[in-house]
Amino acid sequence: MEQLLANPYLPSIVMTVVIILVFPLVAGYIVLAERKVLADLQVRLGPMRVGPYGVLQPLADALKLMIKEDIIPAKSDRWIFWLSPVVSTFTALSAFAVLPLSDRFFVADVNIGILFILAMSSIGALGIILGGWSANSKYSLMGSLRAAAQMVSYEVPLGFATVTAIMCAGTLSMQGVIHSQLERGVWGAFDNYGLMLVPTVLFIIAGTAETNRAPFDLPEAESELVAGFHTEYSGFRWALFFLAEYAAIVVISSLGVTLFFGGWLRPFPNVAWLEMPLNTAFPAALFAVMGLGCLKGVPRQVINGFRLLMLALGLGFLAVGGLFLLPAANEAVIGLFWFLFKLAVMVYLFIWYRGTFPRFRYDQLMDVGWKWLIPLSMGGLIVNGIVQLLVRG
Amino acid sequence: MAATTLEPASVDGDTFLDSNELVLNMGPQHPSTHGVLRVILKLDGETVLGTDCVIGYLHRGVEKIAEDRTYQQFAPYVDRMDYVAAVSNGLGYCMAVEKLLDVEIPERAQCVRVILTELNRVASHLLWLGTHALDIGAITPVFLCFREREEVLKIFEKYCGARLTTHAFRIGGLQYETYDTFEKDCVAFCDLMEEKVKEYHDLLTGNRIWVKRTTGVGILTAEDCKAYGVTGPLLRAAGVAWDLRKAQPYCGYEKYDFEIPTREGADTFDRYIVRMREMEQSCRIIRQAVDALPSGPIKGKVAKVIKPPPGEAYVSIEAPKGELGYYVVSDGSLKPYRVRVRPPSFVNLAALDKMCRGSLVADVVAIIGTIDIVLGEVDR
Amino acid sequence: MPSAPWEGSLPAAIKERFGDGIEGAVLLGGQKLLTVGLPSAAGVLASLRDDHGFDYLVDVTAVHWPKRERPFDIVWILYSFAANERIRVKTTAADGEAVPSVTGLYNSADWLEREAFDMFGVRFEGHPDLRRILMPDEWDGYPLRKEYGILQQDGAWVRENLKIESAQ
Repeated sequence: MEQLLANPYLPSIVMTVVIILVFPLVAGYIVLAERKVLADLQVRLGPMRVGPYGVLQPLADALKLMIKEDIIPAKSDRWIFWLSPVVSTFTALSAFAVLPLSDRFFVADVNIGILFILAMSSIGALGIILGGWSANSKYSLMGSLRAAAQMVSYEVPLGFATVTAIMCAGTLSMQGVIHSQLERGVWGAFDNYGLMLVPTVLFIIAGTAETNRAPFDLPEAESELVAGFHTEYSGFRWALFFLAEYAAIVVISSLGVTLFFGGWLRPFPNVAWLEMPLNTAFPAALFAVMGLGCLKGVPRQVINGFRLLMLALGLGFLAVGGLFLLPAANEAVIGLFWFLFKLAVMVYLFIWYRGTFPRFRYDQLMDVGWKWLIPLSMGGLIVNGIVQLLVRG
Repeated sequence: MAATTLEPASVDGDTFLDSNELVLNMGPQHPSTHGVLRVILKLDGETVLGTDCVIGYLHRGVEKIAEDRTYQQFAPYVDRMDYVAAVSNGLGYCMAVEKLLDVEIPERAQCVRVILTELNRVASHLLWLGTHALDIGAITPVFLCFREREEVLKIFEKYCGARLTTHAFRIGGLQYETYDTFEKDCVAFCDLMEEKVKEYHDLLTGNRIWVKRTTGVGILTAEDCKAYGVTGPLLRAAGVAWDLRKAQPYCGYEKYDFEIPTREGADTFDRYIVRMREMEQSCRIIRQAVDALPSGPIKGKVAKVIKPPPGEAYVSIEAPKGELGYYVVSDGSLKPYRVRVRPPSFVNLAALDKMCRGSLVADVVAIIGTIDIVLGEVDR
Repeated sequence: MPSAPWEGSLPAAIKERFGDGIEGAVLLGGQKLLTVGLPSAAGVLASLRDDHGFDYLVDVTAVHWPKRERPFDIVWILYSFAANERIRVKTTAADGEAVPSVTGLYNSADWLEREAFDMFGVRFEGHPDLRRILMPDEWDGYPLRKEYGILQQDGAWVRENLKIESAQ
């Protein structure tokens, strides 16, 4: 036992298991958040039936998807059809290994972290392409063709934007990037006299395209290709694609947060007097408001079980809020809090796009990619490099 | 409803006969064919080389049913053709039979007919706008449009009890007197609508992706429109200020002051603008009609048993989708000898191939949306 | 219905050109109706479009009168944008007799003629692709003919394609 606890790989293994176990649930709740936010944009209520305000909807969805009949089209390439959701999910979850959730919560801090994420995201595209091809359906095929073209075109500006950030930070390690931002006392996005904003914006646009989210959701363009590459998938296989998509969103958002928005650093990391209001008061207040909101909702529930759940949720939020007031606990989780908070903002942005923009057309997508994003990202790289050379010597 | 006979298609005169060609079957179960339309696309990559529409999946034999029903009994059936503009359908049919009977419709009935048809025009355009935006990938407008359309349906419901297939009019006039707050509701709806149209403009007209997706897509020039018999907003977006409400006024439309919105570009974006402005013009007509609503009887001198003299009449009205005509032949019996419907959706849809050739798959969806078809009317 | 002779330059010009081919020009309830013989129908329609500006073919349809010797009325409804004028051209055809197609004059005739063929079995000579449009290709019978019952259907087709035994 002693020996086991002393094993240096133990924390990593525990983290890995936790991520693999917890992330599907997190993805489910991102879906719920998406449905709720979209519903709010669209003057609807969203899911309201399963649990109070629909909070148990993800569990019901997961259950439904798991017990659904597994259909493999008769003329599909069975092995590849089986393999592709696995590839997608596996690669998307692998990328979590290098995410710096905070200064103490991470699986591994490797010196090629960013490279690893980009590699995994590229292989993830393979899952989509294979899945679309193996289903032997024309809609799937066109979806995967679009996916292939889109990945190739948008990985270039994504890569350039990332390289610019790496150049600014001077390291490929995810933790290293954040430490560099701490040393320089400014978020990556505002470094180099604000010139880094160019790659930041390009990263967000290319990242949206890379994760196939609206307005770049051409591979699954519902109104044209029915469901694109996953037209023929159903049940749990489809759920795996879904999981992979949301994992990819989280990974790309995390990468963006790490490279440009200071990762687990609080805003204005070098302004000392903001320590108390930002690191203690803000999270405590945030959770207190959420908790009180839940408590206020208790009397509105008619089913006793739902009331209990709302009560538990409210008290839970209040307890978490209280945790931030304890210095020892605060120190342990504040990094995680900021990382997840920034991540949530990024994910919200993705959802917001979906509620606002129409879809690009295939040729327009290519136009935007090759004629605007790639030249701009290259320009951003060169200009930032020159400025850095002149200023830092 | 027939298997395709797509010829080796050509774009700009070049015949493509290579292995890149792909025949894609779109529909009848497809999210954006607006019902059970089946379009067989011949593609080279994403470029459309040719299309073939297969229709008839919703064919219910409305024209045959007419021969087996009395004139009054058939009236509710016409609502089931273009079910999003049921009031217009009913108006056309009633007017055709009234023409055969040669009856005078009281002023008040005319006026209420105008109000309800214009309300229905707005409702139809709202549904079009929402689904069209959905086709192009904007998922939010559809809910906003349904919110406003609900107000129209509420007025219908209060007026005659039905929301969609209203059967609002009767041969000779109206069945029901308007309800107490009818005028107020209509004006309130116009106020709401004029404000909301601005909201839609904010959401879509200023959106660069929307403009890029619709400009230059599905062009059908005025000459082509006339050759294909395409009417309604498609014709007006091609620069022809032709609207039956102005050209051959009926129901007292000559008394109202309104404009025919036109655009010159003949593309999807222009049709969008034309329909948006038509909604505003409809509100203008409703306001005037409500102001001028006379008192008096609501039904003309029509016998309980409708038995028109032998003869025939063709009456057409400006439905939200174009010219909606009814050709009714009477042999002097209780039942119509033949009722022919000239459906705007059916005729406009025939121009789909012309509009689609050379465009991309995503455009096909946009073009189907911009024609504004209702399959109930295409197939009858 | 009140019927009056239709006077004016248009019927006069048409009558002068086609002579006996024009069987009548009346205002039926105020609507212009030109009755022509089947042989001159194609010429009249072409002349109406080219010489008189009727550039919009509104509708093509048929009416079945089974007791007549020539049981089909073929009706073309035309409109002129320039003159804001609408006329109906009507002719009669025997069962199976070829009726000239106007697809060469108006593109809109394509589907409209297909529908008339589908519903009445009227054969339009010169139509590029005359096949059923609303009914299934293999359907037997023409539904809008008077002898076709309101409940009648093609039982064989239903059995074969829908795999059900229809109660009708």
